[in-house]
Amino acid sequence: MTRSFLQFASLSFAVLVGSSLQATAADDTGHAQFLKYGCWQCHGTEGQGTSAGPKLAPEPLPYEAFSAFVRSSSRQMPPFREQVLPDQDLQAIHAYLSSRPPAVDVKKFIDP
Amino acid sequence: MANARGSSRRVFLKTVVAAGATGTVAGAQVANAAAPAEHLDLPPPKPSALPPNAQVAAAEVGQVPNAPEESRKPGSDFMVDVMKSLNFDYLLTNPASSVRSFHESLINYGGNKMPEMLTCMHEESAIGMAHGYFKITGKPIPVLVHGTVGLQHATMGIFNAWCDRVPIIVIGGNHLDAATRPPGVPTFHAAQDPNAIIRDFTKWDDQPVSLNHFAQSMVRAYRIAMTPPYEPVAISLDAGLQEVPYPKGEKLQIPKYVASAPPQADAAALREAAKLLAEAENPVIIADRAARTLAGMRLVTELAETLQAPVIDQLGRLNIATNHYLNQSARGRALIAQADVILGLELSDFWGTVNGYIDNEDNHGHGLQERGTKPSAKLISISATELLSKSNFQDFQRFQPVDIGMAGDAEASLPLLIEYIKSALPAGKKDALSQRAERMKKAWAENRARSIAAAGIAWDAQPISTARLCAEIWNQIKGEDWSMVSRDSFHSSWPTRLWPFDKYYQFIGASGGYGVGYGAPAAVGAALANRAFGRFSLNIQSDGDLMYAPGVLWTAAHHKIPLLNVMHNNRGYHQEVMHVQRMSNRHDRVANLGGGSVPVGTGIENPNIDYARLASSLGMWSAGPITDPKDLAPALKRAVEVVKSGEPALVDVVCQPR
Repeated sequence: MTRSFLQFASLSFAVLVGSSLQATAADDTGHAQFLKYGCWQCHGTEGQGTSAGPKLAPEPLPYEAFSAFVRSSSRQMPPFREQVLPDQDLQAIHAYLSSRPPAVDVKKFIDP
Repeated sequence: MANARGSSRRVFLKTVVAAGATGTVAGAQVANAAAPAEHLDLPPPKPSALPPNAQVAAAEVGQVPNAPEESRKPGSDFMVDVMKSLNFDYLLTNPASSVRSFHESLINYGGNKMPEMLTCMHEESAIGMAHGYFKITGKPIPVLVHGTVGLQHATMGIFNAWCDRVPIIVIGGNHLDAATRPPGVPTFHAAQDPNAIIRDFTKWDDQPVSLNHFAQSMVRAYRIAMTPPYEPVAISLDAGLQEVPYPKGEKLQIPKYVASAPPQADAAALREAAKLLAEAENPVIIADRAARTLAGMRLVTELAETLQAPVIDQLGRLNIATNHYLNQSARGRALIAQADVILGLELSDFWGTVNGYIDNEDNHGHGLQERGTKPSAKLISISATELLSKSNFQDFQRFQPVDIGMAGDAEASLPLLIEYIKSALPAGKKDALSQRAERMKKAWAENRARSIAAAGIAWDAQPISTARLCAEIWNQIKGEDWSMVSRDSFHSSWPTRLWPFDKYYQFIGASGGYGVGYGAPAAVGAALANRAFGRFSLNIQSDGDLMYAPGVLWTAAHHKIPLLNVMHNNRGYHQEVMHVQRMSNRHDRVANLGGGSVPVGTGIENPNIDYARLASSLGMWSAGPITDPKDLAPALKRAVEVVKSGEPALVDVVCQPR
C-alpha cells in the first residue's frame, strides 16, 4: 500500500515536473519569438493588449483562427507571412500566449 | 547712485504723467497707472560686474551717452509698464543680449513682479511651459526669446501651440538698425523680418518702431491672441528701442485692454442644427477642443443631457466628465456608425473622425479608406478654426463636407444651441429620451467593468504594465486635489479609463502638433499654474519626450514648482518602433534589432538612461529605476510627500511600451 502510494506519488510528481518543464520551455521559446518578431510592440510583452493592439492573452484565439489572421490580416495589423515568421515560431508564440495566467481581479484595488 | 536712480525714476514718471495728462484719449490709460509705486525707492542692486564706461557703452549701443539725466530712462522701462498693464503673472526666458535692456528693466525697474521672470534652459521649453500654463489658467504668459537663434529654437513649441489653439505672446529681440547695431554676434542674431519664420503658425505679429507703437501692438497682440480661435502672436522687440532713452516730453500711452467677445455661430444655422438634433433617433456629439473653460465643460454636459445623447470626447480638452454616463468615448466608432445626426464641436480632424483609415497595403500602398457613417447621416460642425486658416502647414486636415457648417466658437455658441434644442424637442420625445438615458447608463457601466477587468491582465508583468502603473498612481493621489498635466494616450489611456476626471483642470489635452518635446515643459508650466491653487500636479512622462530638453527639470527645481513626474520609461521612440515594424512586415523582412529589443534607430537603450540620476543632478528628488511592480507603491508614496512639501519629484518606472 505504502509502496503503491509512493510509486503513484512519484509518477504524479514526474508528470507534474515534466508538464511544468514543458510549459516553461514553451513559455521561454514562445516568449522569445513573441519579442523577436515584434508582436509585443503593439500587444504588450504578455499579449495583454494596449491602445495600439488588442488583447491576445490569456485565452488566445484557437490556433487555426489565430494563424489565419496573422498570415492574412487586412486590418491595422500588418500580415506576417511565413517567409518572415515560420509556422514553428508562430506555434511557439501561440503556446506562450496560451500559457499566460488569468487576469488578477483588481476591482477592489481600483474601485473600492 | 541710489539717489540718482530713484530721482531718475521719479522724473521719468512725472514726465509720463504730464504726457498722459496732456495726451490722454478715450479708451487709453497713462503709462504710470500701472507703474509700481513700491519700486520707486529701491536700494541699489549689487552689480555683478563693473558698469561700462562711456566709451564702452557708446560702442555697445551706438548711442551718444551724454543725454541729460532726466531723459535717460530707457524705452524698456516703459515696455515694462505696458507688460504690467496686461497683468502677466510670469515671463519665461532664456537670457539673451538682444533683450538685455528689457530684461534689466523687468527685474530692476519692474521689481521682478507681474511678471516674475522664470529661467528656462531652452526656448522650446519656455514655449511649452507657457502652453501648459495657459491650459490651466486661461491666461497667456509672454515668452522672451533671443533674436533669430532663440526664435528658431522656439519654433516647434509655437507650432504645437498653434495646432492646439493656445495663445502665447512671443517677444523676440532684434537689432533692427543696421547702421547702429553692434557688429559680430548681435548682427548674426539680427534679421530684417525675424517673425517670418513663424508667420505660418502665428495669428499676428509686428515689429514696433516706437514706444507707442510697442504699447499698441502689445495690447493688440494680447487681444488677438485671446479672441477664439486662440493662437500664438509675436512681437519683435528692437534692441535700439529698448535701450535708447526716449525724448523728454514724449507722450506715451498704454491702450486699455478690453477682451473681445468670442465669435458665435450664426443663429439661423444653430436653429437648423437644433431641429436636426432634436428629431434624431441616434444623435452623437463629438467634442475635441470644445470646452475652453469650466463653463464650456458644463455646457457640453448640458447639451448632452438635454438630448440624452452620447458624447465622444476626443480630449483636446476635457469636455465631459469621464464618469458621466453620457461619456461614451470608448464606443466611438460603433456610435458614429449608428448615428443619424453627428455634431462635431471644434474637431481638429472631422474627416478622420467619421472615416476609417487602415494603414495597410491596400489602395496601392496608400492604405484603406472607409466611410464610418451611414450614407444618410447628417453632419454638423461648429468650429472657430474656420475663421483662421493658413495654407502652408496642413493642420486643417482632410476636407470633410458637412450638412451644416458654422464658423464660430463652439463654447460661445452652445447656450443658444441648447435653448433652440429645448424648444425644438417634440413633446412626445420624453419617453424616448428616458430610454436612451437608460441605455447609456448600462453601456457606461459595462464599459467600466471591461476596463477594470482588462487592467488586471499582466498585473505582475515586468516591464510594469501601464494599467498597473496608473492604478498605483491613482491609489496615491486620489485623496488630493489632483490635476494630470500630461496626455494619456501613450499609456493606453488608462487614466481616463480608470480615474474620475470631473473637473476641467484635471486634464489638459496634448501638444496639438504632435511635436515631441512638449510633454515635460507643458507639465512644468501647468504645475506652475496649479501651484497658486494648491493643487497636486501629476505628469506621466514619456522618456523620449523628456530627453529633447531635460533642463526643464532644473527650472522646476529652481523655481520650486511642485510636480510629480512618473517616467513611462519604455526605452524607445515607440511610435516609430511600430512604424518600422509595419514597414518590415510590408516588405517581408524581419526587423533588424541590431542586438537591442527594437528596430535599429528607434531604441533608447544600451546604455539605458538613468532618469532618477538625471533628475537628481538637476536638483530634483528622485527614485528608480523601478522594475518590480511591488516596489512602485512605496516609491510613489515617498514622492507624493515630497511634492506636497512644495518640491518637484521624479520616479523612474520601466514600463510596457503602451
